[in-house]
Amino acid sequence: MTMRQSIRFVRDGKAVELTNIGPNDTLLDYLRLTEESRGTKEGCAEGDCGACSVAVGSINSNGKLEYQAVNSCIQLLGMLDGKEVITIDDLSRGQEELHPVQDAMVRHHGSQCGFCTPGIVMSLFTLYHKGIKADRPAINNQLAGNLCRCTGYRPIIDAALESCNGSVDDRFSKALKTTTETLTGLDDGQDVFVGTEERFFAAPVSMASLAKLYSQHPDAIVVAGATDVGLWITKQLRDLPKIIHLGRVKGLDRVEDNGNELVIGAGATYAQAEEALATIDPDIAEVVRRIGSTQVRASGTIGGNIANGSPIGDSPPLLIALDARLGLEKAEGKREIRLEDFFIDYGKQDRQPGEFVSHVTIPKLAENQFLRSYKVSKRFDQDISALLAAFRLTLENNRVTSARIAFGGMAATPKRAGKTEKALIGLDLADQAGWVKAAETLEQDYQPISDMRASKEYRIDVAKGLLLKALHEISHSASGTDSPETRVIGKREHSLREAV
Amino acid sequence: MLKKASSPALNVGKATKHDSADRHVRGNALYIDDIREPRGTLHLAPGYARESCGKIKSLDLEVVRSAPGVVAVLTAADIPGLNDCSPSFGGDPILADDRIEFHGQVIFAVVAQSHIEARKAAKLARIEIVAETPMVTAEDGMARDASVLPTYEFNRGTPAETIKASPLSISDSFRIGGQEHFYLEGQVSLAIPQDQGEILVHTSTQHPTEIQHLIAKMLKIRDAAVVCECRRMGGAFGGKESQAAQWACLAALATHITGRPAKMRLDRDDDMIMTGKRHDFRCDWQAGFDEKGKISAVEVDFLARCGCSADLSLGVNDRTMFHADNSYYYPENRITSHRIKTNTVSNTAFRGFGGPQGMVFSERMMDAIAIKLGLDPLDVRRTNFYGGSGRDITPFGMKVEDNILEELVGELEQTSDYRKRRQEIAAFNAKSPFLKKGLALNPLKFGISFTLKHLNQAGALVHVYTDGSVQVNHGGTEMGQGLYTKVAQVVAEEFGIDLENVQITATTTDKVPNTAPTAASSGTDLNGMAAKLAAETIKIRLIDLAARLYQIEKSAVSFANNHVQIGQQKITFAELTQQAFLQRVSLSSTGYYATPNITWDRDSKSGRPFLYFAYGAACAEVTIDTSTGEMVIDRVDILHDVGKSLNPALDIGQIEGGFVQGMGWLTTEELVYDDQGRLRTHAPSTYKIPTASDLPEDFRVKLWDSPGNREDTIYRSKAVGEPPVMLATAVFSAITNAIASLKPGVLPQLSTPATPENILAAVKLMKSGD
Repeated sequence: MTMRQSIRFVRDGKAVELTNIGPNDTLLDYLRLTEESRGTKEGCAEGDCGACSVAVGSINSNGKLEYQAVNSCIQLLGMLDGKEVITIDDLSRGQEELHPVQDAMVRHHGSQCGFCTPGIVMSLFTLYHKGIKADRPAINNQLAGNLCRCTGYRPIIDAALESCNGSVDDRFSKALKTTTETLTGLDDGQDVFVGTEERFFAAPVSMASLAKLYSQHPDAIVVAGATDVGLWITKQLRDLPKIIHLGRVKGLDRVEDNGNELVIGAGATYAQAEEALATIDPDIAEVVRRIGSTQVRASGTIGGNIANGSPIGDSPPLLIALDARLGLEKAEGKREIRLEDFFIDYGKQDRQPGEFVSHVTIPKLAENQFLRSYKVSKRFDQDISALLAAFRLTLENNRVTSARIAFGGMAATPKRAGKTEKALIGLDLADQAGWVKAAETLEQDYQPISDMRASKEYRIDVAKGLLLKALHEISHSASGTDSPETRVIGKREHSLREAV
Repeated sequence: MLKKASSPALNVGKATKHDSADRHVRGNALYIDDIREPRGTLHLAPGYARESCGKIKSLDLEVVRSAPGVVAVLTAADIPGLNDCSPSFGGDPILADDRIEFHGQVIFAVVAQSHIEARKAAKLARIEIVAETPMVTAEDGMARDASVLPTYEFNRGTPAETIKASPLSISDSFRIGGQEHFYLEGQVSLAIPQDQGEILVHTSTQHPTEIQHLIAKMLKIRDAAVVCECRRMGGAFGGKESQAAQWACLAALATHITGRPAKMRLDRDDDMIMTGKRHDFRCDWQAGFDEKGKISAVEVDFLARCGCSADLSLGVNDRTMFHADNSYYYPENRITSHRIKTNTVSNTAFRGFGGPQGMVFSERMMDAIAIKLGLDPLDVRRTNFYGGSGRDITPFGMKVEDNILEELVGELEQTSDYRKRRQEIAAFNAKSPFLKKGLALNPLKFGISFTLKHLNQAGALVHVYTDGSVQVNHGGTEMGQGLYTKVAQVVAEEFGIDLENVQITATTTDKVPNTAPTAASSGTDLNGMAAKLAAETIKIRLIDLAARLYQIEKSAVSFANNHVQIGQQKITFAELTQQAFLQRVSLSSTGYYATPNITWDRDSKSGRPFLYFAYGAACAEVTIDTSTGEMVIDRVDILHDVGKSLNPALDIGQIEGGFVQGMGWLTTEELVYDDQGRLRTHAPSTYKIPTASDLPEDFRVKLWDSPGNREDTIYRSKAVGEPPVMLATAVFSAITNAIASLKPGVLPQLSTPATPENILAAVKLMKSGD
């Protein structure tokens, strides 16, 4: 198969082809330093503030053009291959009139210092293009990754309520057909390899070419969304000479519902997977909603969240509680392991040289299985968890017959609470003294550390509190009785409504 | 002075949009990093040691010098003049040459062809420090008797004895956390060499004049050879008052040495590590009171972590003392402020300038008294309000003459449905095992003026052109607050012209010299007045001219709707300006304003530090989760006093934004230092300012229907920049209230910020023991 030694993306309606990009070049630097388009701002260079947000257009699995906000500071330039990039400088370029989102922001006094404004406008531009009548929760979600230090957000929310109202009529919607054609034309099915054997950005298009390339370069960094790797470049100033990007591998972004199980490809972003995941349980929808921000979920993948082995990733404990299995692949063959076995120790996973995560298989809940999951962090949105708890109980006649409990943030890896699980098995759910005893057992399963997010005492206290809360909630769910409110956020009836 | 215009205001009082709003949303409002750099511009990055305290033993920069792209490496030895960028008492070396006083102190700066090359090279230095044990906490500093400034105290009566003799008393100790400014635009300066060794510095600062002077001293050149300019900042909040200087100095130094333009923009982590924050405090207090909660005497010790140098700590801590009373009369008091030195970054100005910490104390005291007595906290607050005979003198001796607390708080009590909701919350808490609600209605009184008297002055420069357009310049800087817009409204009002005819220009030291910082909420009060005076001078000349040309009484000349009415004649404003030119009448003038009636003398602790007070009140309702400490703010009602608003849209923006910033300070924003004094929360990934979903779902903000400021301020408006931050004490009080529901009569041990962890710890204490 032929190889393309350039990347191509659409800017201002025209395809741009670049042949000399570096593997560590970011989209933000390209915009600000190469193009000298300086409307897009750098606020934090780590994907947390959203000042650098731009809209990326791509053709989704239904063949439709879709816009998503991403943080350009941690998007590697090569990852834009085959996509359209729209920035604040493009939105009303050469036009007397403002875009409806810009116009609403002005009329509602949505800017003060104005530095976050370009990012906010671009984030809302993508919400506008969803063509839905956005309500307050949808707007809060869209803006979770856009920090504003001046306004307190109220006028921005009002501007969003007014402008993101379901009608889509701007010069980008008018150009929909031609943009779609241009993007389709760029999709040549060729592997991308820009650079030399020592220093390159590569974006293979098939599992076979990925496996082959990775076996030739087991020292390469495999990147899905770069929401973590991007920071190695911008913050640690590391030089990553070899980058293999997963975003173009056909089939790697699959999201399949096989009846009893979901199969999610390692290249599927949270944004692509969240709808399917929400069908398992509203708590999953809520946890996924609180992973990063809209921008992060548009780029970040569950596969990446697992593969990088962080002890504070939010999806691994949740998936471990659900008894998920992990697919691994390399040139020599494939294998599937239980997800919990993947995490060996801090910074150490069961992954061989040249082997990459291909997919995760997630069993759905049986009739008599109950899931509860809670994310606890200093701030509700766009924050890394102090701890993440996931409980799956199987009940028979109100008795626990099997328990899977996993926590993030409580150990060097996402880890099950083996002793506590044992303490729960056989327990009658009406036995509240038994709940307390089981909760105390958590101290034997975990010896968390103190850091800037939480102290070890807090982590243990909350872990116990969450187990008691889960048992309280499950006992009411199982018996169909009303419970007093138990949560200040992520109320299940609300999540269900949002998921629908 | 001219007689007040009798015609209705055309510009002042309108909800005009921010002058840059269109450019903000289009992305073409230029911030300093967006200015197209001249060819050959170099880029700087700072280098620092990993220790917090000790002597510099050796500094090996050879690897740095030979790194790709590096043009020069600057050290203290390269500074021709004064190596200090302190705004006050010294102790802030631009580049450390002997000792390290905090983790993040800059020792050298790399000058390279690109920003990334400079940053990468800066990491390569080999620095040896003879490390000493750092003083990290206020207690560490106290233990070694280390301070940046002498202790200062307000005394009235014999409070210790009075507290002992009072029917009831409470003593308590709690902590008040600091706060990172988190302006979205980090610190940045661009220096460009000019003819004859002069330097033009584009700098993101609230205080261009100070930076001009510091650069001149550093380079041993005259003030007149340095121009500092700032069109706009991407947020500042006090963080660019004194602490923008170091980066501007370094850029200027690089330009001085290389002869090339040079830009210094701090990466976010460097910015958070290297620049100061809101002072954090330990607060020890006791109070005596009666069974109605009426206070007889208060004693309070504020232990401020000032960091390694004085910076602006004098003014900040004085203001903590000035606001330790908030809205309450203390018959007797001892208010003591300890300005403790630590080996941490030097803390600095932050919106409210020490006032918020003083008020968090007074509000906790009110909550403590109410809890102890089982009274409604609002009743206790009201019992102690200023007002009534003999109850109007502050602890610093100023009479409160413009008190509107009763009216304002009474109205908010009604409109927020406070009493009914109080009952509903009690009912909810009685049957809710996991979640508890709390409610609070807190008042606010904030003194307006710089407490450093000489800063209460401003200059403006107004030019009128012969096409009728007007250019205005003044010493105030634009950081998003809408100052430029308000001043332009004032000038347009004077000339009776549309706002579009007033051209706003960047703040620059070569147009208006020797200015005060844009701080202390005073930007509009000072610069609005100066601009008005400048415009009035020109207007008087135009009136004289018109009266002379048309042979008519001066009183028959008036300006409105871009026209000038001269008796029965009506000509356009532009036509009159053309006449002025032909008749050789100057169309340009400066304006100068010095705030009257302020007489504060710090040494004798007497006189009047403030021209007037701004008032407000907020009612907050929260829900906490007693199993995790998580908290949501359900509803907030705000009523705030801005006098006669110059621009209601901008004022509401300041109130809402200030409140949310205060809310973040008191809830999620937590600065964590390790035991070596290294900041662990130096990026938005670990330091959490509010997001959109933290905004209360039900948020009702209203301007108090004011008859206007009693003082003769610009169009009888009141300052609004800082006061709203302190409305957020209502959130902290509501959280205290929710926790207190767990055990009536017991004061929750809650410090700020009330993070989930701190809330849960307080809950746990309430549930355990007795």
